[in-house]
Amino acid sequence: MGYVIIGNCIAAVGAVEGIRRHDTRTPITILSKEPYPAYGRPLIANYLKGKVAESEIALRSPDFYESHGVEVHLGCPATTIRTGQRQVVAEGGMAFPYERLLIATGGDPFLPPIAGLEGPNVHTFVTLDDAKALRQEAPSLRRVVVVGGGLIGLKAAESLHDLGIQVTIVELADRILSLAFDEVAGRLIAHRLSEIGIQIITENTVEEILRQRDGTINGARLKDGNILACDAVVVAIGVRPNIAVVEGTEIQTQRGILVDEYMETNVPGIYAAGDVAEAKDWHFAEWRVVPIWPNAYRQGMVAGQNMAGQRISFSGSIPMNSIAFYGIPTISVGVTNPPDDGSYEVHISLTEEEKSYRKLVFKDGTLVGAVLVGRVERAGILTGLIREKRPAEGFKEALLKEDLSYLDLPRPLRKEKLGLPTEEVPFGVRAG
Amino acid sequence: MSAIQQRKRKRVVPIEEACIGCRLCEVACVTEHSRSKDPVRAFKEENPRPRPRNVLEERGHESFSLSCRHCTEPHCVDACIAGAMVRDSETGRVIHHPEKCVGCWSCVMNCPFGAIHMDRERSVIYKCDLCPERERPACVDACPNRALILIEVEE
Repeated sequence: MGYVIIGNCIAAVGAVEGIRRHDTRTPITILSKEPYPAYGRPLIANYLKGKVAESEIALRSPDFYESHGVEVHLGCPATTIRTGQRQVVAEGGMAFPYERLLIATGGDPFLPPIAGLEGPNVHTFVTLDDAKALRQEAPSLRRVVVVGGGLIGLKAAESLHDLGIQVTIVELADRILSLAFDEVAGRLIAHRLSEIGIQIITENTVEEILRQRDGTINGARLKDGNILACDAVVVAIGVRPNIAVVEGTEIQTQRGILVDEYMETNVPGIYAAGDVAEAKDWHFAEWRVVPIWPNAYRQGMVAGQNMAGQRISFSGSIPMNSIAFYGIPTISVGVTNPPDDGSYEVHISLTEEEKSYRKLVFKDGTLVGAVLVGRVERAGILTGLIREKRPAEGFKEALLKEDLSYLDLPRPLRKEKLGLPTEEVPFGVRAG
Repeated sequence: MSAIQQRKRKRVVPIEEACIGCRLCEVACVTEHSRSKDPVRAFKEENPRPRPRNVLEERGHESFSLSCRHCTEPHCVDACIAGAMVRDSETGRVIHHPEKCVGCWSCVMNCPFGAIHMDRERSVIYKCDLCPERERPACVDACPNRALILIEVEE
């Protein structure tokens, strides 16, 4: 008996590291659907364009599992959880008993009902296998349509473009990146992508994928009737929590698997973390699935420590993304499109010609969101204030500066964060 | 696996009241991370010139030298998509592997001190490594005014 983790991405890595902070003995078993050691999933875009090799995308050193006392079963998806017997059953029927279980199954790409979707040349872009399939096909592709102008769609588009393929992004909303970024940031990035030669079509969608007699794709018909000639389609309109493994159990779900602030489900001893979990939001008084990387690691770390007997509370999911498009670094954190109810205060600084943009969102005198395009140096100072809900009265304007410094924070806060804690023993003080 | 034990973690603490903004901490950092370990050569000849991993925050009469805090719960590690930023459980150091770094700036986004710096030309970050080859980091030894001190924190 011991710990079982279903899933093998960043939340699982966080959980292993969390468990081993407090329990170095009890065995951990990981059941991984994918046949690879944990890898940096966002790096599949770099892999597709040939910037990193498969051997370079591992998240931890090759001895990670062994040195952390983990028995990892690759290519071994879990199919059911028998909560009564405290067992996970994997494909093939093998049962794995657990004392504490973490469900970290992540998200699955959502496929909309598009006519002609079934068949060759249609891709999703979430896993290494997705990237491998696309990379294998890439030399024979001249034109690709990417459905969805979110972060995944844009990254796929960028990599395909770098491979010399003509790319068109089709986005249903009136702008790209409408979820992660605000209107101005979306426009700056869209402009940059157009400059590079990536076509963007908004307020439109693919209604039918057109195929030749042999089944290969030769076009995509849009809602407005236009037809885009293409050889392949990448569908990137979002991911949905992969909750299949808990179906038929008493584990509660809404969009994802519901967890309390300790990342535990309604069934004692069973936890969930990462893109599959629906957890407390840091700002809005609600439970949300926030499928972003840092969140998944942190949730896994909290879950793992609690599985090992601690009682650590998760401070809440904060949406945040850092991504660069053709040399323009772009960061968004927290509430970036505040509701128009008069309770938010927005500060903006924009230098269009330099493609530099800063937007800060305050509520009740506290920073709750930031969007930075171009100059992102030291953005984490803003993220720290957002995370800790520190009142920013008296230094709001300073936060808008491109050369933001830690000195812009009030002295008592600096002292608290940097100063000498009284219980600590000075060491190595130079003899005067 | 090693048994869990109370460990002592090294941490460099800036003393704002004692800092005179001389930037010798930056010179020492550049020298320590240079190939030649010689300040004149490091600044005049080495290409690319090593960059200081600490930052001298300065405004009027206020100044202090800020570098990676090697946090117990490092947000930069949470954010790293490449496995380039990891926390060493033995020493408590937050270690960056530049050969794995892809320059996504996720750690820059998530470090609450702004202590991680961007090398945009090479598309990697750089930050304080606590001078692993030295007993005391070079900045601490170089500070003429005891405005940087090394402490040990029990965890």
